[in-house]
Amino acid sequence: MNIVTTRRISQIFFFIIFIWFCFVTSPGDQWWQLRGWPVNWIIELDPLVGLATLLSTRAVYAGLLWGLATIVLTIVIGRFFCGWLCPFGAIHQFVGFVANRKKKTAAKIKLNAYHPGQVSKYWILVFLLTISAMELVVDLIRLPGNNQWLFALLVLAALALTVRHTLGQTRLNVKKTGLYFIGFIAIWLLLSVLFKANRAPAASLQIGLLDPISLVYRSINLVVLPLMDQTSLRLSPAPRLYDGTWLIGAVFLAAVLLNLLKPRFYCRFICPAGALFGVLSRFALWRIGKISDDCSDCHACEKHCEGGCSPTTQIRSNECVLCMNCMDECRHGLMTYQNAPSATGEILELDLSRRQFLVSAVSGAAVIPVVRLSGNLAGNWNPALVRPPGALAEQEFLSRCIKCGQCMRICPTNVIHPAGLEGGLEGLWTPVLNFRIGTSGCQFNCIACGHLCPTAAIRPLSLDERKGLGEFADKGPITIGTAFIDRGRCLPWAMDRPCIVCQENCPVSPKAITTRSVFNTINTGSKLMVERADAFYVEIQATGLQVDQYATGDYYCRAVSSADVRPRRIISNWERGLKVAGELAFEPPPAPGSQIEILVKLQQPYVDPNRCIGCGVCEHECPVPGKRAIRVTADNETRAREHALLLRRP
Amino acid sequence: MNPDPDKNDLTRRQFMTRAVKAGGSIAVAGAAGFWFHDSNGPGRSEEIESDIRLPDFSVPDLGPKMSIIRGRNRVETLRLAVKSIGGIENFIKKGDRVLLKVNAAFASPQMLSATTHPQIVSEMTRLCLDAGASLVIVSDNPINDPGSCFTLSGIADAARSAGAQLFLPRDDAFKPLSVPEGKLIRNWPVLYDPLKRINKIIGTAPVKDHHRSGASMIMKNWYGLLGGRRNIFHQDIQTIITELAMMIRPTLVILDGTTTMMTNGPTGGSLADLKETSTMIAGTDQVAVDAFGATLLGRSLNDLPFIGMAEAAGLGTADYQSLNPVMAEV
Repeated sequence: MNIVTTRRISQIFFFIIFIWFCFVTSPGDQWWQLRGWPVNWIIELDPLVGLATLLSTRAVYAGLLWGLATIVLTIVIGRFFCGWLCPFGAIHQFVGFVANRKKKTAAKIKLNAYHPGQVSKYWILVFLLTISAMELVVDLIRLPGNNQWLFALLVLAALALTVRHTLGQTRLNVKKTGLYFIGFIAIWLLLSVLFKANRAPAASLQIGLLDPISLVYRSINLVVLPLMDQTSLRLSPAPRLYDGTWLIGAVFLAAVLLNLLKPRFYCRFICPAGALFGVLSRFALWRIGKISDDCSDCHACEKHCEGGCSPTTQIRSNECVLCMNCMDECRHGLMTYQNAPSATGEILELDLSRRQFLVSAVSGAAVIPVVRLSGNLAGNWNPALVRPPGALAEQEFLSRCIKCGQCMRICPTNVIHPAGLEGGLEGLWTPVLNFRIGTSGCQFNCIACGHLCPTAAIRPLSLDERKGLGEFADKGPITIGTAFIDRGRCLPWAMDRPCIVCQENCPVSPKAITTRSVFNTINTGSKLMVERADAFYVEIQATGLQVDQYATGDYYCRAVSSADVRPRRIISNWERGLKVAGELAFEPPPAPGSQIEILVKLQQPYVDPNRCIGCGVCEHECPVPGKRAIRVTADNETRAREHALLLRRP
Repeated sequence: MNPDPDKNDLTRRQFMTRAVKAGGSIAVAGAAGFWFHDSNGPGRSEEIESDIRLPDFSVPDLGPKMSIIRGRNRVETLRLAVKSIGGIENFIKKGDRVLLKVNAAFASPQMLSATTHPQIVSEMTRLCLDAGASLVIVSDNPINDPGSCFTLSGIADAARSAGAQLFLPRDDAFKPLSVPEGKLIRNWPVLYDPLKRINKIIGTAPVKDHHRSGASMIMKNWYGLLGGRRNIFHQDIQTIITELAMMIRPTLVILDGTTTMMTNGPTGGSLADLKETSTMIAGTDQVAVDAFGATLLGRSLNDLPFIGMAEAAGLGTADYQSLNPVMAEV
């Protein structure tokens, strides 16, 4: 079989697998819903996710070890991931092909020529990886203060290397070299003193913004499948809505439409994973090249060159995505996949200058400290940022979340949403709970999001841990926030209307919402004076009541100036009188000419912050239609001790 | 600009063609403008009164019947309870299409008794199918996420394995409906899709504490047929329960008092909220059945005004003893 056909089959296969995994990430018990499919596999195969989280957390979490297989294979055979596996790459290749298929050969060759701007993806990679590595860098700066032995060892090793390097030089300049060396050590020591007391958190992860797999998962999960829900092909019983997805959709659409400008624009100019593969493929044992330099320079090999790697002249192996189209196009059979270098030469070095590298690295190093000057991880944390149960403390969370949207897709109630700027700029598209959208609050019996999170930004909880049962009994349930009652909007608090839907729906036992009953006097306009009365009937002097207005079981009546002011439940009323229930008679009946009052019995809700888990079912169900009268904020969330609301005694 | 003035000359024929085309375009634009012209603009939107009415699902001329069976095995008590009021054949005839309205309100496991027990679902389905029913639909519009509720409560599995059709509420399944003598249920969205496909309705619910209304039993369970922002009805809970009983005149109701949720209702959430009361009640008079259910909760009729209100509305009797309920034990 033709190698290009094989490559196409591979791309279609992985694309179908990817789409299938997105499809089946639907809660439910049908065969096409979550049935233990390895839905994170494509994310795990992406080594940029593994590498970036390794830098930011110093560990490779669970399935992310799959990235090692991709790395090993890339080192051996080159950027197969881009050309053969990546579902986003497959989309670009297909759209690029459709958009440019009618162009003339010369125009196609021009489109697919190497462009010096392709170096920009390496800037992006360096920028994003520096963000991930900042904690490591800060620790390295602190080394002289924290680990003198390791520091001394490093200095000695550096000294040995410098001496060896200096000796190898023909023109010795011991003074200058020594000065540089001492200066470098002095600056390090100085910086270590400067940063010694500094506890400013440095770990963050922004790879998910542009990592192709995170981007394509996010776009399919939060834009494409929810759009499908609007048709009869819907996957969820209630169509999925996600707050603020316009930006995600715009980025996805822009990335796809850029193929009209140049095929695989994203892969060539933007993709940080592609850049990583470019670096890794430097030592590839096999690569594309010519078997002989007996070439007519027809450039046919560049007609459909997906990587823009100029196979005609000196091929740039780090740009080559192994699309193998050149092997197909060359009429002389010169192009091949071999372990010898191309006969017309190859360029292995990146086009990345030291200056460009430094600018990208320094920008990456600066961006998170600058963003955090807002105090979003300190006193200015946003209480509206309610994270899913099991989410790590905010800084650890931000050093793991890749914004892939898997938690938002799997959430059975659709309450997890991509954050806008609630979590600051660096929290863009990370999961945040929105209790106004969705079918309920965060379900007390659900732990789906943490079990799907590919990077453990949301830790996989057991049901026992979530609910504070079994071995977690002394820890109590996981709390994601606390509900607060807005007494100015609450019906029984502000409007003399019975309600307590929040209390009814509170899922914890005993309930975190309790009530206290009060009897409030109703404003009846004018005073109600008794015409005549007996033990159960009271007739008033003027008409003015609506028939059975007070017969709902919530209204009571009492004699104002009587010794017995206990309220009697009204069971019916007419225009100028009312009847009270048999359980408590008027003894004696109110005297003619005396005043009676109508009261409403209100159960006013109170939240017990000790019991509230912040699930937001109350906020979701609150009948106040606009801004709810009970709302959850992140106060008292388990994941941050400094957000504790209550003084706890052991 | 064309530098050659000769070529700019318009022949008469060309001019005429162009003039006709221009005239046609003007005519089309003008006609379209007048066609779509609306001089008044939109007025105040008026609600269209719904003409959907639900039929009376009760079996005519059967009279009120009720049975109270003591025992802990739900399947056995249920069978005897139905048998004691004349057997399922009294209610379900060959070819009947039945809606089994369960309480699936919460995504909570069956052991917490916040939802209809799956054994009731499967046994009732089997009884109906054995009596010749051509279709049994199991449905509810729960409070928590519908999929999670039906799955976690075990109702989905029980319904499917017994041969019933499970209907999860969708947006397009609701239609506005009015209860003719009602004040609250006016043009309110109701889960109409299953209702329009059936001619018999069986209500089944567990006995539960309910802080606002006093108790959640058979009548309160019809709340699960309401859609929209139905929580607004909590402002007048006793009336809405009464109107729900007006809306649904059931063929048969099954109140499961095997385990009663004494506290923390209607969600429960802990075994400590439950009490073994070992009673199964079947009947045709939902008011009487609920009146008996109140005794399992230790509540008086004064605690549950909706029972008196329903009785006053002629929906049944609060004096269940007057029906001479069949009492038995298994």
